[in-house]
Amino acid sequence: METGTSRVKRGMAEMQKGGVIMDVMNAEQAKIAEAAGATAVMALERVPSDIRAAGGVARMADPTIVEEVMKVVSIPVMAKARIGHITEARVLESMGVDYIDESEVLTPADEVFHISKNEFTVPFVCGAKDLGEALRRIQEGAAMLRTKGEPGTGNIVEAVRHLRLINGQIRKVQNLSKDELYHEAKVLGVPYDLLLQVSESGKLPVVNFAAGGVATPADAALMMELGADGVFVGSGIFKSDSPEKFARAIVEATTHFKDYKLIAEVSKNLGTPMKGIEISKLHAAERMQDRGL
Amino acid sequence: MKIGVLALQGAVAEHIRSLEAAGAEAVAVKRIEELAELDGIVIPGGESTTIGKLIRKYGFLEALQEFSKQGKPLFGTCAGLIILADKIDGQDDAHLELMDMVVARNAFGRQRESFETDLPIKGIDEPIRAVFIRAPLIKEVGSSVDVLSVYNDEIVAARQGHLLACSFHPELTDDYRLHAYFVDMVKEATKTTSK
Repeated sequence: METGTSRVKRGMAEMQKGGVIMDVMNAEQAKIAEAAGATAVMALERVPSDIRAAGGVARMADPTIVEEVMKVVSIPVMAKARIGHITEARVLESMGVDYIDESEVLTPADEVFHISKNEFTVPFVCGAKDLGEALRRIQEGAAMLRTKGEPGTGNIVEAVRHLRLINGQIRKVQNLSKDELYHEAKVLGVPYDLLLQVSESGKLPVVNFAAGGVATPADAALMMELGADGVFVGSGIFKSDSPEKFARAIVEATTHFKDYKLIAEVSKNLGTPMKGIEISKLHAAERMQDRGL
Repeated sequence: MKIGVLALQGAVAEHIRSLEAAGAEAVAVKRIEELAELDGIVIPGGESTTIGKLIRKYGFLEALQEFSKQGKPLFGTCAGLIILADKIDGQDDAHLELMDMVVARNAFGRQRESFETDLPIKGIDEPIRAVFIRAPLIKEVGSSVDVLSVYNDEIVAARQGHLLACSFHPELTDDYRLHAYFVDMVKEATKTTSK
């Protein structure tokens, strides 16, 4: 009997496919998310748009919040640790959190090193905006990926950019010869073996979800259309006018992402989505996607 | 012979790959109209609460019960096992209520307790590598249910006529013997059911 194997960690993410993982800030929101059909919840102290507004240093959530959420739902509970913050991750693991997001949404604790995730029993999800970042995170032990997007903006453009780029890069390496692959591994800054695996299989070895800017059912469906395995929704649900309706609608649109009549139906009278931010209005220092390369 | 994989949420592609490797034609199923052309169906692993809600939302509850009435085989893995069960421990409502068994959700604990192990299965020669992820188990079975596998004294695989269920994820390995077992069940059923 073996726990914490790569198959067990990656398999857990496979079971989330086609699903929606929702950010929640307390037990009540967690129950709303579960009732709406979320496949997992991400327990945090503040959603990304509030983190943006508040400024200062964003850290792991108060363990009380994580514990409360774990108590009230039967679906998996995820939580965020700062990039490189080994201790926050160990603390979350000790509490029995089901998945840890080593996340650029929080203020990085280490500007050079990510957590060596292979050493943990609990699986990790990490953000990536290109194939280089994706494969470096997998090499460090990430069992699931998500696009970085630009969290807390309610603007899907960055998540689209990242997913398109990664999928385009995968198609490109499929056509490279061995000698070209050696060079490409050097250019991307990734291990050759991992790149060869992607080149041969034509896909990433772990599940890749969309995240960072999903605000509407149509946004979620768009990311599925572009090849995401599922969707994280951060501020989009509990910063909207009617969280229950938004949550249910996003779940349905993710399942039936090619059924446009259904998406039209579930998008009716949802009220106002989160306000959103134009990306070019962000200062360089406010761009969360540039953290943790 | 065509086998569907219920594609509302969960590990669909892996089951399709495994069924194809076991020699069947396999398709993802998102609408009840697609059930008519199938000879059997797999309810995959995923989140049972999510799949349970979507099954109701899109009319699969009655449609799959009818599918079963026609004698067409169903195979539930992990969340799919919960969906097939008559009773879920600690809950008033179950889902399809097809298999005479009581199941317990997340019975082995949280994700850090998830594991893989070599597991003997009745009707399959050598043990298979079984991956348990936040897995359920079968607490009780009725007299018409045949227990196929036991792990630490707990039931983790069972069959009741044309219904097959397991706690673990045969679709996550390259060992297709349990899928082949189900494909044989479907072959058997197509001989006896009128099309």
